[in-house]
Amino acid sequence: MFGFIFRRLLWMIPSFFAVTVVAFVIIQLPPGDFVTSYAADLATSGSPADSATLDALRVRYGLDQPMVVQYLTWVGNAFRGDLGMSFEYRSPVASIIWDRLGMTTLVAFCTLAFVWLVAFPVGIFSAVKQYSIGDYAVTFLSFLGMATPSFLLALVVMYLSVEFLGYSVGGLFSPEQVNAPWSWAKVIDLLGHLWIPVVVLGVAGIAALVRIMRANLLDELGKPYVETGRAKGLPEATLILRYPTRVALNPFISTVGWVLPVLVSGDVIVSSVLSLPTSGPILIQALKTQDMYLGGALIMFQCVLVLIGTLLSDILLAFVDPRIRYDN
Amino acid sequence: MTISSEPAAETGPPMAHSTPKRDSASQWRLMWWQFRRHRLAMVSSFVLLLIAFVGLFCEFLAPFSPDAFSPRYTYAPPQRLHLFDRNEEGSLVFRPYVNGYKVTIEQAALRRVFTIDENVKYPVGLFVKSDPYPMWGGLFTLETKLFGPLKKGDPLYLLGADRLGRDMLSRIVYGTRISMSIGLVGVALSLMLGIILGGISGYKGGMVDNVIQRVIEFILSLPTTPLWLGLAAAMPNNWPPLRIYFAITLILSLIGWTSLARVIRGRFLSLRTEDFVTAARLDGASEKRIIFRHMAPSFVSHIIAEVSLAIPAMILAETALSFLGLGLQPPIVSWGVLLQEAQNIRSIVTAPWLFAPGVAVVIAVLSLNFVGDGLRDAADPYRQ
Repeated sequence: MFGFIFRRLLWMIPSFFAVTVVAFVIIQLPPGDFVTSYAADLATSGSPADSATLDALRVRYGLDQPMVVQYLTWVGNAFRGDLGMSFEYRSPVASIIWDRLGMTTLVAFCTLAFVWLVAFPVGIFSAVKQYSIGDYAVTFLSFLGMATPSFLLALVVMYLSVEFLGYSVGGLFSPEQVNAPWSWAKVIDLLGHLWIPVVVLGVAGIAALVRIMRANLLDELGKPYVETGRAKGLPEATLILRYPTRVALNPFISTVGWVLPVLVSGDVIVSSVLSLPTSGPILIQALKTQDMYLGGALIMFQCVLVLIGTLLSDILLAFVDPRIRYDN
Repeated sequence: MTISSEPAAETGPPMAHSTPKRDSASQWRLMWWQFRRHRLAMVSSFVLLLIAFVGLFCEFLAPFSPDAFSPRYTYAPPQRLHLFDRNEEGSLVFRPYVNGYKVTIEQAALRRVFTIDENVKYPVGLFVKSDPYPMWGGLFTLETKLFGPLKKGDPLYLLGADRLGRDMLSRIVYGTRISMSIGLVGVALSLMLGIILGGISGYKGGMVDNVIQRVIEFILSLPTTPLWLGLAAAMPNNWPPLRIYFAITLILSLIGWTSLARVIRGRFLSLRTEDFVTAARLDGASEKRIIFRHMAPSFVSHIIAEVSLAIPAMILAETALSFLGLGLQPPIVSWGVLLQEAQNIRSIVTAPWLFAPGVAVVIAVLSLNFVGDGLRDAADPYRQ
């Protein structure tokens, strides 16, 4: 087991490396570099910088070096916590993103828990009562859930709340709590707002997971061991929960691997609609203004977040499923 | 193609007992019979045909040009189309019309409020004359629209008007072409990448397979939207619309090819060791002949099913990108671009009909999913 965890951790190294390369490529993609945008910025504000100053800046940030060197400098600085400067905010990237990434993590993991809590019983119900009215309703709703873009759902929720509740449901805190220090009141206030993005984000994941759970359980329900249990007189509920459900559960846990990327993706769009203080809105803002150090850092950490989530789910799966023995 | 309203007995021989007809039917005929049994998929393919028709003939079907604006009708609400009208003698005759608007200024909010004015009637007709417009990008010029107001300049807003008084219906009809074609072109590109890389991976196996699989796993483990956004943000914003269109499809397929490649690899792997492939190889058939003559018939149907499930994902991705303002840009009309109008809460509260493009997205994606589901069930007619 520990051998497996060790090898799985080792496998994270090339993944991390690849993520940093992806982020660096995205930072480098727009034409021009950091200094060109800086010069353009100065020119629009009416005090154009002379080319000597710009060249000095290039040397200082190592922009005259070959790409590989630039990449290594950037990664080296990133490890020491220096992620470059943001133009829009005129401050270091690192000082902007941590709070935001914390909120993204919170929203993503709450949604994941919600997705599991709902999809698990609904999936079992849908499989056990196959072809009943309830099953058809669940099937229809899950297809609808998969077909609705999450931002559209967020817009509809906003519309309904303004139309019928008379106020807008954006944000994660009430106005008076936004800048308050952390306290119980603030946590409770957060929980009061958190459920809306969690539900909006969760719908697509729930829809997909219900389909998977249903298919897995249907495969198991017809097997002889279920019939044996039934013949021995086990109560139906005990039988289903104790045997086929446990077998069907494994793919369920491993879905973290793809549900988490979907959630983080969805968070980017939904939070800009619901104006949540997560990393989504500033990522979009940064990309629109080509504030690439900020954008690249955010993309990198969102990917890292997902990689860590996948790692946790793999380890969890190895614990839960006695059939999985990764040791050779 | 018919919608499956007829009894199941007539839609093909029963699958349970083998009739001679079933025994002699070709693979594709068996698939068709199997597909027909999936009612939702049948209804959805009908809907898809309709959508494709709208996309193909959008210039003719839309009553107005998508850019025709009219400041008088900013945020005008949808009108109801009345098909029958009373003539002078008071009996009902077929004479379609829509009602006009009464405009009042709301003093407190300083905004115009439209109410439907039952007394004003604007007649609506089929095959009405319009200004000449280019069909299919200027291939030829037409002067007839499928329907429109009989008198030029009369308002006709069946789905309401947007911020600039442009007709939502016409814009959605035009958006159909862009949104659906992005899905098709994007999936075609992904399929090419998927077939090449997945095919090599599955057919060669060994080290090559290992490397390609690790790359695919890595890409699959990344959140797609931030990457799409990052790549899209790198596009210079002075590019012409057509180039942006192709750049966006390329970006979508660069990340979207992985799942298709996986399916293709899986098929290749399982077929590679089949007896009939070994037999063909021992017979001295060339690699090309083995792949296209012997292996292709058993995996093409599966790939078609997977492709039809990949298209809706592309459409949703394009919609999200454009909605955020990093995808297609306004002179192009796609459903995502239209939804940009619905971005702030003020405008959707004033004009809920701005959601209409979203409804179009949901219908298109839903039908594609159902058809894909039906195709997947039908992909292997020899099962059971």
